[in-house]
Amino acid sequence: MKHTLSVLVENTPGALSRITGLFSGRGFNIESLSVAATLDPTLSHLTLVTSGDDFIIEQIIKQLNRLVDVYKVVDVSEGDFVEREMALIKVRAEAETRAEILRMCDIFRCKVVDVSPKTYTIEITGPESKLKAVIELLKPLGIKEITRTGTIAIIREKKTA
Amino acid sequence: MAKMTGKEMVVEALKREGVDVVFGFPGGAIIDVYDQLEKDGSIKHVLVRHAQGAAHAADGYARATGKVGVCIATSGPGATNTVTGIATAYMDSIPMVIFTGQVPTGLIGNDAFQEVDIVGITRPCTKHNYLVKDVKDLSRTIKEAFYIARSGRPGPVLIDLPKDVQNAKAEFEYPDKIKLRSYNPVIEPHGKQIERAYRVLERAKRPVIYAGGGVIISDAHNELRELAERTCTPVTMTLMGLGGFPGTHELNLGMLGMHGTYCANMAMANTDLIIAVGARFDDRVTGKIEAFAPFAKIIHIDIDPTSIQKNVKVDVPIVGDCKKALRKLVNAVKVAGRPEEAWCDQHQSWLEQIRAWEERHPLGYKEEPGVIKPQYVIEKLYEMTKGRAIITTEVGQNQMWTAQFYKFDKPRTFLTSGGLGTMGYGFPAAIGAQMAFPDKLVVDVAGDGSIQMNIQEMATAMDQKLPVKIVILNNRFLGMVRQWQELFYEKRYAATKFETTPDFVKVAESYGATGFRAQKPEEVEAVLKKGLETDGLVIMEFAIAREEGVFPMVPAGKATTEMLLV
Repeated sequence: MKHTLSVLVENTPGALSRITGLFSGRGFNIESLSVAATLDPTLSHLTLVTSGDDFIIEQIIKQLNRLVDVYKVVDVSEGDFVEREMALIKVRAEAETRAEILRMCDIFRCKVVDVSPKTYTIEITGPESKLKAVIELLKPLGIKEITRTGTIAIIREKKTA
Repeated sequence: MAKMTGKEMVVEALKREGVDVVFGFPGGAIIDVYDQLEKDGSIKHVLVRHAQGAAHAADGYARATGKVGVCIATSGPGATNTVTGIATAYMDSIPMVIFTGQVPTGLIGNDAFQEVDIVGITRPCTKHNYLVKDVKDLSRTIKEAFYIARSGRPGPVLIDLPKDVQNAKAEFEYPDKIKLRSYNPVIEPHGKQIERAYRVLERAKRPVIYAGGGVIISDAHNELRELAERTCTPVTMTLMGLGGFPGTHELNLGMLGMHGTYCANMAMANTDLIIAVGARFDDRVTGKIEAFAPFAKIIHIDIDPTSIQKNVKVDVPIVGDCKKALRKLVNAVKVAGRPEEAWCDQHQSWLEQIRAWEERHPLGYKEEPGVIKPQYVIEKLYEMTKGRAIITTEVGQNQMWTAQFYKFDKPRTFLTSGGLGTMGYGFPAAIGAQMAFPDKLVVDVAGDGSIQMNIQEMATAMDQKLPVKIVILNNRFLGMVRQWQELFYEKRYAATKFETTPDFVKVAESYGATGFRAQKPEEVEAVLKKGLETDGLVIMEFAIAREEGVFPMVPAGKATTEMLLV
């Protein structure tokens, strides 16, 4: 089962490598990882997508908590959450396919952020499943290059007071 | 407040932490700290002959005393030579602080002379580590390092000190207390969990306490004994747990696992409740995990949540300090008010069953005329030291025979590398223990293989006039590997036979120590007697049965009931 972990970690040199080292050293799996500063400059926020059975996920969370630099670990996929990923996709856009690509962008609410005579660069945001769908549809047209951010996630607030 | 240089801060911080002895080996990148140690003169420094020895000695000091062991090494090879010692301490949760020199900050990353990324190298084998790039951070970092090393589940912490930082100046601020928002080990066990544990214990018919190194680390031996006695519950120990419960107690089952006693392994296979205290269900203990303790509920007390539910499913997890948790559990037993006799009645048939197993296959060995059996040497050593020595061991057969045949009654009297299994640990660890307790008898039980891994520390022991006694069980083999080859590799003794072994008596003499040798069983007692009575550093060498094995033995990957017996 896939799990999305949200980790707050001290913004110190080496903290990230402690976390990635923990995963490689103990044979856990990282599917995606994204790191950025928080409002508090002394803390970094890290979103990590991993997979494993309950037993493994429990170990991963405990092992993360055991690191001296880790402040807080939350398995956001335990409850309702919003996840997003962004990709920039450079796709071949010849005369005969340009219109089709734009239509697809419209349907998936993508943005064209760069245009050249033979390519479009498309920005797309959404859950991983949406990115996957778009990528699959664009593949036959010829994807020249792709870059992705990895998933970020946040817990949904309660809808009732 | 007056400003201080980095090197002055190191020495001042050591004093504030109550460190009276450090072990180390100097070099260009740490020479400034050494200079300050010399100028200050209040901290005893033990010059080893190999930086690995310094790390093991600091570890031995820490295990014998419960205090934080400190060692110092220079950058590059000095630092890398400590890594085995650091990993040894990490696996066995030993509190240590390691200072390493580093090239000046401006040169870091330049592949400078004797530069190595020791913080990167030791990241997976330290509890935490630091590269101090600014002298302003140094005093707080040292404070944190000692706090982290000794609190929670203890472990080694490394501080890498660039040469320029050692000489730069800043304010020295050393708070009495420290709080880290990201590091808050759970010490107090949860009351509800203790109640649940008691209710499970109350109903158990065939309970076993399975005690590990955590009992010793948290000084929980009295509480453990009280729980066992009040509830009439037998106790088995891991290698790391030996001494946590008296080896001579009638409720003691001895060590469990790969070379555990028959009755301990049978008890684990048939128990309906395991109370695990400060132990981690390591593969050497469980054997084939699917066949481990099939009928048992498990209560698991450990300060490290990652130890719980790592290898086996646990019914009642209790996160917290072993001593506190056991105290609360004993209190729950007291409050419930069931008399001791009632507990003993409830467990009577179980204890009888255990006694029957014990009688069926007690620990033993076959005597052979004219040949020294290693087990006999350990038995005699036990008798002649009245069980009162601090015993260190190397790793392999010597370690297992000691664990089986020396009965440890007190905690912190058996120092051995359990998790990492480091050959060459025992002798430098004995030096560390002897530095802590100059008047106690400290004996390293070694094999001819292991002792040669750090034999250079003979000079260190001589320097310090330490009366460490070394017992070498010499079979001119790497005995444990040979035993595996005999049993599982059709006796192909690949690379386990030593063609050349030094004359250990002469080795002792060449260092200015004393050496004795026994070649026949009837010489064993006399050699032990002379050796133990002789002042100063002594080697006692015993030419033992070359192909003697350690039994019982559970072959790796087999169920613990599938023991090969004597």
